[in-house]
Amino acid sequence: MKAFTYQRATSPAEAAAAVAGHHGARFIAGGTNLLDLMKLQIETPGHLVDINHLGLDRIEPTAGGGLRIGALVRNTDLAADHRVRRDYAVLSRALLAGASAQLRNKATTAGNLLQRTRCHYFYDTTKPCNKRVPGSGCAALGGSNRNLAVLGTSDQCIATHPSDMAVAMRALDAIVETTAPDGTARAIPIVDFHVLPGATPQVETVLQPGELITGVALPPPLGGTHVYRKVRDRASYAFAVVSVAAVVAPGTLRVAFGGLAPKPWRVEAAETRAGADAIADAAFAGARTTRQNAFKLPLSKRLLASVLADARG
Amino acid sequence: MPVTRRDAMMIGGAAVAAAATGGNAAVPHQPPAPVAITLRVNGKARRLSIDPRVTLLDALREHLHLTGTKKGCDHGQCGACTVTVEGRRINSCLSLAVMHHGDAIGTIEGLGRPGALHPMQAAFVAHDGFQCGYCTPGQICSAVAMLAEIRAGIPSHVTDDLMQVAFSDAEVRERMSGNICRCAAYPNIVAAIRDVQEAGA
Repeated sequence: MKAFTYQRATSPAEAAAAVAGHHGARFIAGGTNLLDLMKLQIETPGHLVDINHLGLDRIEPTAGGGLRIGALVRNTDLAADHRVRRDYAVLSRALLAGASAQLRNKATTAGNLLQRTRCHYFYDTTKPCNKRVPGSGCAALGGSNRNLAVLGTSDQCIATHPSDMAVAMRALDAIVETTAPDGTARAIPIVDFHVLPGATPQVETVLQPGELITGVALPPPLGGTHVYRKVRDRASYAFAVVSVAAVVAPGTLRVAFGGLAPKPWRVEAAETRAGADAIADAAFAGARTTRQNAFKLPLSKRLLASVLADARG
Repeated sequence: MPVTRRDAMMIGGAAVAAAATGGNAAVPHQPPAPVAITLRVNGKARRLSIDPRVTLLDALREHLHLTGTKKGCDHGQCGACTVTVEGRRINSCLSLAVMHHGDAIGTIEGLGRPGALHPMQAAFVAHDGFQCGYCTPGQICSAVAMLAEIRAGIPSHVTDDLMQVAFSDAEVRERMSGNICRCAAYPNIVAAIRDVQEAGA
């Protein structure tokens, strides 16, 4: 691990100013992804700002009838919260489908949104990767890409976003709340939070330098049946090959996909189509597959058909 | 006085450190300034002055010489390093010691010792819940915390009704998936945990 200096922040404003004021500084919360990447020298921050003591660890009702999740609420606590289990079950299910209990006890809500891809070539510092070293090339395009993205990709990057939680939050239309180093607050709809790679795959979100996520707001409960279904290479503790988050209520349907794209993939216009085939065909328009990962499209379509059949009884 | 394996490791480590400092003067970077912290490990306050890069795992093993906690993958994938922080199980390899100033840390050494085993340790012995034993301290720390999670009503991926959490072998297998055993002692690990659950129920 490269050397860094360490600071324990006591307020969101202090934390944001500290990261904005140090070149190469990073926030650290759970650390379950960042420290892994620092050991491999994929991330080499010169200064770490510990944000674990900012008090952003509560889940509270919003004035509008929804729920505000503090940025530092641990994945275990979010999944187990009674209001989340009752009113946003798709979110509990997505969280519980991810990682291990030890990691969920440590990983935070904001950190989960910001976790990096698990593309092998991002992790392998002997190989080119435009996300890790902009302009170096993409070894995944002609390499092992079975697990990589089929939607929203570019010629520079075909990495997937690894989060399960974010897929459920996309189905729920969550709002990411932030504070900037100058104290300005922003509310970013999750659809706009993650950006597609284009020519700059190293840029993964709309966050500005030093901008700190303070929480995630969920709109009022939608009711209906909530389902999160994940296909993976082993029964537990593995990233999604593909996943579906669905909220099914009389007259409405929301469907977001994981494992297919550099961000949670949801196409609202597709949700009004009749039947899983038509929904999937519309949602997957423009897909670019490789010989190894083309199976993800029919697999996702069948997964959606199964989810809808179960949810509608 | 018999020399234990741990003593031998400490002596060996000191010799290597001496050789390293005597050999090469060309040090490319100054190490970062150490940070003073206090960890409450198994009920005792332990003060350390520590490089901020040191993980909680390395602080326990290399600085406090509590070598019961094991380093397997060092990337949060195997669970051998599982300890509790404020009663919750985490991977100690994926956390910095400086982030735990003032925290209560629980390791296998705090659970029991020869002659006074924790019920989970005794159950692992009774059921042969291991072969090589390397993953065992992590398995046992994880299992003790896992039963507390079920008692607290925290659901899992295999919980049918999110509002109804109950012990079952399927729950144990899912909830222990963060602890890998390459000897594949899993059936006996599940049996040991079931015993402890039934004895405590």
